[in-house]
Amino acid sequence: MNTATVEQLMDIASKHFKVERATLTPDMDFFEKLGINSFQALGLLSEVEKNFHVEIPDYELQGVVTFAQLSDVIDSRK
Amino acid sequence: MIQHTFANDIFEIQLGTPPCNEIGSTFTHELGRIILEIRKLNPKVVILHSAIEGGFCAGADLREFYQGILSHPLDEAMVKLRTFLDDIHRVMNTLDTMPMPTIGVIHGVCFGGGFELALTCDVLVAESSARFCFPELRLGIVPGFGGIPRLRREVGNSVVRDLLFTGRSINADKAQTLGLVSQVVQPKKGLDVARKMAAQMSRYDAQVMAKAKAFMKQIPLEELEREKELFLEMFRSPAVLAGLKKFVESTDLRPYLA
Repeated sequence: MNTATVEQLMDIASKHFKVERATLTPDMDFFEKLGINSFQALGLLSEVEKNFHVEIPDYELQGVVTFAQLSDVIDSRK
Repeated sequence: MIQHTFANDIFEIQLGTPPCNEIGSTFTHELGRIILEIRKLNPKVVILHSAIEGGFCAGADLREFYQGILSHPLDEAMVKLRTFLDDIHRVMNTLDTMPMPTIGVIHGVCFGGGFELALTCDVLVAESSARFCFPELRLGIVPGFGGIPRLRREVGNSVVRDLLFTGRSINADKAQTLGLVSQVVQPKKGLDVARKMAAQMSRYDAQVMAKAKAFMKQIPLEELEREKELFLEMFRSPAVLAGLKKFVESTDLRPYLA
């Protein structure tokens, strides 16, 4: 896990879902903790793709539920 | 509910059926009624947009499809489905071939039938939140409202196969790179941008515009018919009913990411 990536990712998620940044941690299940559905997750994905200048196919997100896991996918696409 | 306004030669269609403008028989009937208004008023430009926060359109009303199969013998359900498909094709073909330019404003979810509806428009303006997807293969079917022929009309076959075979979604920037979207704008700015574009288009002679459009944009009628038949053939499979049941009854928060 790249710390810089996951920190930037949580900043983006905090802004996107309008939640306190301090409540987010790398290993939290964001579906469960934030109560978001797949459409809302795809909204985050658009923000992630824009901010990190990457393209992430949905199928690479199967089983990805934490910011740490998502940051690994982002880094693999950089 | 679908509403419309008409001012300064510009006709605006506003989709506003919760949860996210799912396309079923009522939606199709309402859109058909709006088209009659367009024919009557003969605007110079048409704008199609959604007032639903979640997006442009989440696709076909799968609950209606599922209930239709459950509540009728299969042969009878298929007759009703064919009638519905004929109706939605008629509506989409009419939108596709209207003599005046049509501008689609896309934000958020633009999936399945919603993507197919967007592809009838001449020009797409996408807000940065937009995501485009054909998830039909997850249900064991192909798009049935004209999605494949219209996507093929706009982009290369490799892209069509990638999007169809994986069911992945793409963002607004990618859609612009592919040539599906002409302008990408900030969230909530799409309609403003479309109105400015429409005002510019409305300055030109309607007859010239109609001839230019007819020359540039042909409708792939034969392929549309073949897609419809393929969809109906696939829909008879028990796997489709199982797929619909799973989707409709799912409480999974991430059905599109599973």
